[in-house]
Amino acid sequence: MRRMLLAALLGSFAFPGIGWAEPGDVVAMDHGPETFRKIVVEADYAARHGGLWRWHADGWIGGDSERVWIRSDGEIEDGRVHEAELQVLYGWNVHPFWDVLLGVRQDFEPDSETYLAAGVTGLAPYFFETDATAFLSAGGDLSARFEQSLDLPVTQKLIAEPHVELNAFAQDVPERGIGAGFSSIEAGLQLRYEITRKFAPYADLVWERVLGETASIARGRGEDVENLTLHIGIRTWF
Amino acid sequence: MMKTQIRISLLTPASLVLAATLAAAPYDALAGTYDLTVAKAQIEVDGRAFEKLTVNGSVPGPTLRLREGEKATITVANETDEPTSMHWHGILLPGIMDGAPGFNGFMGIAPGASYTYTFDIRQSGTYWYHSHTGTQDQSVLGAIVIEPASPPPFPAERDYVVMLGDITPEDSDRVLHNLKADPGYYNYNKRTLIDFFGGAREQGIGAALRDRLDWGEMRMDPTDLADVTGYAFLVNGKQPVENETFVFKKGERVRLRLINGSAMTLFDVRIPGLKMKVVAADGNDVEPVAVDEIRMGVAERYDVIVEPSEDVAYTIFAESIDRAGYARATLAAREGVEGPIPQRRPRALLAMDDMGAAHDGHAGPDMKEENAATDDHGGHEDHGGHDSHGHEGHGPAMEHGEGHMMDHGEGGHDGHQMHDMQHDGAMHEAPSAPPRPVGWASGFPAGSKVLAYEDLRARAPHADNRPPDRSVEMRLTGNMERYVWTLNDKRFHEAAPIRVRYGERVRIDFVNETMMAHPMHLHGMFFELENGAGTHRPLKDTVIVPPGKSVSVILTAREAGAWPLHCHLLYHMASGMMTAFIVEPPDAAEAGITPDGASLPLAISHDGHGGHAGHGGI
Repeated sequence: MRRMLLAALLGSFAFPGIGWAEPGDVVAMDHGPETFRKIVVEADYAARHGGLWRWHADGWIGGDSERVWIRSDGEIEDGRVHEAELQVLYGWNVHPFWDVLLGVRQDFEPDSETYLAAGVTGLAPYFFETDATAFLSAGGDLSARFEQSLDLPVTQKLIAEPHVELNAFAQDVPERGIGAGFSSIEAGLQLRYEITRKFAPYADLVWERVLGETASIARGRGEDVENLTLHIGIRTWF
Repeated sequence: MMKTQIRISLLTPASLVLAATLAAAPYDALAGTYDLTVAKAQIEVDGRAFEKLTVNGSVPGPTLRLREGEKATITVANETDEPTSMHWHGILLPGIMDGAPGFNGFMGIAPGASYTYTFDIRQSGTYWYHSHTGTQDQSVLGAIVIEPASPPPFPAERDYVVMLGDITPEDSDRVLHNLKADPGYYNYNKRTLIDFFGGAREQGIGAALRDRLDWGEMRMDPTDLADVTGYAFLVNGKQPVENETFVFKKGERVRLRLINGSAMTLFDVRIPGLKMKVVAADGNDVEPVAVDEIRMGVAERYDVIVEPSEDVAYTIFAESIDRAGYARATLAAREGVEGPIPQRRPRALLAMDDMGAAHDGHAGPDMKEENAATDDHGGHEDHGGHDSHGHEGHGPAMEHGEGHMMDHGEGGHDGHQMHDMQHDGAMHEAPSAPPRPVGWASGFPAGSKVLAYEDLRARAPHADNRPPDRSVEMRLTGNMERYVWTLNDKRFHEAAPIRVRYGERVRIDFVNETMMAHPMHLHGMFFELENGAGTHRPLKDTVIVPPGKSVSVILTAREAGAWPLHCHLLYHMASGMMTAFIVEPPDAAEAGITPDGASLPLAISHDGHGGHAGHGGI
């Protein structure tokens, strides 16, 4: 009886599948790597103004169910970094196709600003890669970003990828020239040639438009509210 | 780091390997004794040299020839810088000798260490061995041939091992990393916009678009026949150009021991011009059945006897099911001749029928087989209680009659999503271009006899034909988007083992809810395939469960120990598609009837087992 109790007690502490107090012991071991990663990095150039360089990185490191996500975007125009942000998030897989993310976003340019970030990422029906993220700035401003893209193989190596990004703010952020509501939209079509899966030159035709109140503010400042730009770049992942 | 010149052994005809093996090991003195060394060696494929883990410097390693009734003593030395192991696939033995790390107290073979496996041989037939560590069984493998104690029922003048394999220059862990990052990484047969416009021209834009949308809605890809490409296909380690040749004299009976020793490749095997008489499946004699073609899952073995009546060269042709390539060998009167290479067949496209996760509709807890078989539209039924994975709806206690290879019918991943398609039958009335066959087991020439599991009948009837004491449902599941493969939605380290009592009669219902075929393998004992053969249910250790289909097996748990039960596709197992099937050790009273006196490293008194009973049903 004491033995039974002991076995039950030990068994209750044992990890499922790694029970070390049960007969026919099974230990999970030597079944291959458990940590993986995919970080896609794109860098491109557009002949806009004095030359526009962009970078975009998006990816994860981790296992099947929990991952650290890293995202970074930036633009260098006329030799000056005028947009740079980095997000580091922790993600939990909650559905075969969806992860819930929580982390921080740090903007370096145009302003230094720290945000709490929370969102979802995954694959919507019809193979739409989808990211929806909400940001709460240190100053209390709430904003959201929604991104979707779709890989359409034209041939096995030539991939057309339409993509869209929509930004919205819950309130005016006067110091950044932003009005409440939808603030900007970006839609584009990337055409890339996958020399290998991990190395692909691309052309990306992107239309950007500042929206709503934010557009009014931009017009007031004499800024463009709309742009159509052709970017030429390289996509790689590691 | 050993860099042996292995071309010598790779180019040696199989018959000479046998002669050399016998010469090297005088039969009486060293019967059943082998030394195997796992080490890296240079392998050459397509003129490219690359380093792979090997056994005794070659891929495959030496063929082990054993005899029923003798004791095998096999010492495996690890000369690599990583842990290794060796598993004796299909061999009945004590758990600790089974060679699966983490099971029965066997903890693998550390770098620089060696391990001596000893076991009594209680069986005969065609088996194989391979590493059970990580992704090593890509190349750490070889054949096992066990001669029967009594004269073989199907004598043959020639006896050859035909070990099919696949090998890629890529590091096998790298392959897994690539699949985890992008499950479509190796698929260069995706449906393109060009295909779409081709389809639209043939079927009309509406049908083509609807088809795309149906697959898109489920986020599934009908071109997903093989996860990994870039393989060279091998027979006994030789590429097609090297032409492994088996010599015969006209009128002789030639036994070919077909072994699918590949990591990820299912093969369609045929010998144009010759009927293959199947006489054994997974090492066990069956009533002879003559076939033209055999679809072989990874780890399956078939012994076939061919009787070439002419002095011509016959081609043993093994095409991968994704038609990415083929392995070939030649059966000829002499070395150095080639038979014709058959015309390659087009790659099949999966049909909605092959869709896994099709079982939501089969929700009834006491559904009978007839219902399942006639209910083509499983996806329609109300399926209360299914979660977002869409897997939970069907009952755990489906009743199966003897001998079903039941088709669970079509249905959607989430059932309700599929209504439109099911009703208008778009998939069925508008097949894609004629040269591209649709459906998993398709594309065989009309009139050819392809071996079906229903054709297999054990040569001797079973004495134990009791109905099962219990049924265990094993849903084959996964998340292709993340390259996670699971059993009952659990990865290996998350799953509670299946526990059965010693002597218990257990049915395992494999229900494939994925779109890929899974060759499911149980260590340590044979199962009887419930294929309608009455008391002649064939014994196997590996069974293909086709996409969206179910297969059931039954066994009497007479081998105590913890036995891996897993998909034998290398990267499916490595990404979680495994569980432990634990046969509790017998009572003291029963111990006398343990066939091999198996002892377990942790013997806990039997009265402590009551608490585990609940684990069994998962």
